[in-house]
Amino acid sequence: MLLRHTPKEVMERKALTINPAKTCQPIGAMYASLGIHGCLPHSHGSQGCCAYHRSALTRHYKEPVSASTSSFTEGASVFGGQSNMLQAINNIFSVYNPDVIAIHTTCLSETIGDDLPQIKKKAERDGLIPEGKYLISASTPSYAGSHVTGFSNMVKAMADMAEPAGKKNGKINIIPGWVEPSDMEEIKRLAKMVGVKIIMFPDTSGVLNGPLSGEYKMFPDGGTTIEELLSTGDSIGTLALGEWCSADAARLLDKKHKVPCSVLDMPFGLKATDRFIDAMRTVAGVNVPDEVSVERGQLVDLISDMHQYFYKKKVALAGDPDQLIAMTEFLVSIDMCPVHIVTGTPGKKFEKRIREITSGMGCEVNVKAKGDLFLLHQWIKNEPVDLLLCNSYGKYIARDEDIPFVRWGFPILDRQGHQYFPTVGYKGGLRMLERILGVLLDRQDRDSSEEKFELVL
Amino acid sequence: MVTKSKNKTVQWEPADIKAELLKKYPPKVARKRAKQIMINEALENETPEITANVRTTPGIITMRGCTYAGCKGVIMGPTRDIVNLVHGPVGCSFYAWLTRRNQTSAGPDGANYMNYCFTTDMQEQDIIFGGEKKLEAAIQEAYDLLHPKSIGVFATCPVGLIGDDIHTVTANMKKKFGDCNVFAFSCEGYKGVSQSAGHHIANNQIFKHVMGQNDEEKPGKYKINLLGEYNIGGDGFEIDRIFKKCGINCIATFSGNSTYDQFASAHTADLNLVMCHRSINYVADMLETKFGIPWIKINFIGAKATAKSLRKISKYFGDQELIDKVEAVIAEEMPAVDVVQADVRSRTEGKTAMMFVGGSRAHHYQELFGEMGMKTISAGYEFAHRDDYEGRQVIPNLKLDADSRNIEQLDIEKDETRYNPRKSSAELEALEEAGYKFKHYDGLAHDMDKGTLIIDDLNQYEAEKLVEIMKPDIFCAGIKEKFSIQKLGVPMKQLHSYDSGGPYAGFKGAVNFYNEIDRLVGSRVWSYMQAPWQKNPQLSATYGWE
Repeated sequence: MLLRHTPKEVMERKALTINPAKTCQPIGAMYASLGIHGCLPHSHGSQGCCAYHRSALTRHYKEPVSASTSSFTEGASVFGGQSNMLQAINNIFSVYNPDVIAIHTTCLSETIGDDLPQIKKKAERDGLIPEGKYLISASTPSYAGSHVTGFSNMVKAMADMAEPAGKKNGKINIIPGWVEPSDMEEIKRLAKMVGVKIIMFPDTSGVLNGPLSGEYKMFPDGGTTIEELLSTGDSIGTLALGEWCSADAARLLDKKHKVPCSVLDMPFGLKATDRFIDAMRTVAGVNVPDEVSVERGQLVDLISDMHQYFYKKKVALAGDPDQLIAMTEFLVSIDMCPVHIVTGTPGKKFEKRIREITSGMGCEVNVKAKGDLFLLHQWIKNEPVDLLLCNSYGKYIARDEDIPFVRWGFPILDRQGHQYFPTVGYKGGLRMLERILGVLLDRQDRDSSEEKFELVL
Repeated sequence: MVTKSKNKTVQWEPADIKAELLKKYPPKVARKRAKQIMINEALENETPEITANVRTTPGIITMRGCTYAGCKGVIMGPTRDIVNLVHGPVGCSFYAWLTRRNQTSAGPDGANYMNYCFTTDMQEQDIIFGGEKKLEAAIQEAYDLLHPKSIGVFATCPVGLIGDDIHTVTANMKKKFGDCNVFAFSCEGYKGVSQSAGHHIANNQIFKHVMGQNDEEKPGKYKINLLGEYNIGGDGFEIDRIFKKCGINCIATFSGNSTYDQFASAHTADLNLVMCHRSINYVADMLETKFGIPWIKINFIGAKATAKSLRKISKYFGDQELIDKVEAVIAEEMPAVDVVQADVRSRTEGKTAMMFVGGSRAHHYQELFGEMGMKTISAGYEFAHRDDYEGRQVIPNLKLDADSRNIEQLDIEKDETRYNPRKSSAELEALEEAGYKFKHYDGLAHDMDKGTLIIDDLNQYEAEKLVEIMKPDIFCAGIKEKFSIQKLGVPMKQLHSYDSGGPYAGFKGAVNFYNEIDRLVGSRVWSYMQAPWQKNPQLSATYGWE
């Protein structure tokens, strides 16, 4: 047993987190920053954080992830990191020459109280920021929230770059939230099909799923451009996908520049995608073309064709709130029973939303924000499930308890696909169901007796 | 210097490359980097001086990590029956959770916490009001839940800043439990300048709190400790296999697949073998001073290196039975190695490698590449000290700078009752006269050719430039470097994680490595980078059927 020390009996823990279902803020900020074209993320803290965040993202994407760090020493930790940051800015522009440096903080610089806006002013005064180059910053203390919070904080800093020219650009801002580059591509494809002009930020497609061509570009072709970010204040509206990841940025644009926003769920599954498409249609005042309806119909068709394999199957899920909310709704909509749901990210609304979504299901549901995978495993021991949806760390539970397992979320360290194939939209829904069916039917094939072994399923 | 491989001849002057690397830097940075980039002169008894173990230049895109990583991630992480509790916000524990490939077997007692991640998950109120209460409660919960032999507590950046006294908390809990050794590591990420400070802190604490706790005599002859071997990809398992075959008894491995009791009993061994000099030389020295156990540097990376190291061990014990057994094992193991080596060498001979790995592998793997007829044209460490580059003879001249001065240096004295010199001074002298070297390490530069480039704390810009100019056939480093190098069309081998492969140590490991490098440098994929229409873009469009 890989997790041999996990007992079935649940003991209440107040202080000890075991096998967390979250990580810390700065990695989210780093991921978001990579969605700006020509941007170098910068970690203002000691260098270990930056090394860990780059490594985690690289292991997930199998792609280069560049980021710089202020490399605090003990001296800087006591007397402040301003001089480290100023040196870093000078070195970064001299050696790597990005268009933007997107700075985030760590628990170190937050605890000592370094003031990023003040350091930025000093850098400007000292002439360290070349003409046409940008410095943006987000405060991302690791001891508050989770990686999702860090993502949201950096996306908010991106929205804060908006400089409206005063003339509407006819576009809709779409804030996709923490989804994969493949998902961002899919959202762009859907918007194009619907006939809506958009500014999407951040956009990691073309950054973290790039080609091999014999050339290394530290700043790949993808990413939301500075021009686009400056222009978000002139858009006709903002669709924020996910309360945790995207809402703060959308509300900032609303507050500062009167760009009306609507916060939707991430478009995982049938209903959330329906609402997303419908929102684009309404805001832009366009008709949804038949191709989109056909894709939708294909997903409905698959659900009806294979419904017997989904019906009443119990599912355990762990991940991030926005993703879990939409995925839980998707599972309920195909008559599966998500019974154990854990996120490490805090937020009162989470448990409430999950309770609403699962209320008609007719079975007990365990749900916890600020939970961990140790607790999830104990719940599973007490009430076994037919399927587990989780990031790669779920494989230890899946193997011990012999549960069909679909890798989903962040990080996925041991399989491919997430950067190339979407899980959002109707197409993503098809792929998600294909994968779920794959593991469920593989299990049936493995477990059925020779007499009951079937060719056609 | 000219390097030839099957497809290309690359010519360069090392001084030109160095100048090219420095050209882009602001003057202050260039001056500093100039001292960390050394053109090897490989003199007989002297190597040029390199600057190492100094602070990282902000913004340069270093590959380095932090003290916490060196302490918890590297040294203590692989120990299976100590609960490693990270006191800090969630990130530090999360990123060190199963990301280093220290393989572990739960053994007959079944205690194995390797697959778990324990953290106090500090929140805002813990930063404001202090986290000691929460830490105390977390230790209690871990004890109630798991009843481990020992709990290690690791500090992260904010812990030192807010002044949590983790040593008092752990001492109190130890006293309270009675049957669980609770102790702490002040390995805040900002200490020192790299992972290296964390090694030192881990060495100190394990020496102070665990070593020497179990005096019980372990059975068997030829008792050794293997220091600085972390069982990445099963390296330690392969070395253990060879030890068993030779009849050598390993009391403790620091710290691949290790247990609390191994550490507690380590002082009962008769010889210490130092694999990774950087991370564990402190324990080796302290064990010698306190208990009288000599240490030697060994290397199990490379089949010849393995044989050489085994002979060194048998020579130390001087027992003909062991000497014969070791020869028999080498004779038995080598034929299988030779067959693969000869086959692979026909394709790898003359090819070139670069290696930029933590603090020891950039040296160890040169022997293995040598066995394949491959030359190392440039190498360096993230965080090694001058003694790892130039040899231990420079240690008396090393100056502690301001960034490393606060790392505790333990004053160790002879243990009055248990100090026991394993060899008499006459025996030691006789061995030394026969060319045997105790407490000796020549360093990386000594084994590299004249004109090769030795670079400390290589950064992303320099890595890319080096590859562009010198066009190695393979580049070895870590996960952060891997994919940018491969985008350039150069095969890249991770020598931290082994790209999920291994073991690479010992005889079987050498065979695995030959095959892996053969696969990488011979892969067809590098010929697919250009599409047919990109290879000949000038061709004007014509219809295919014309």
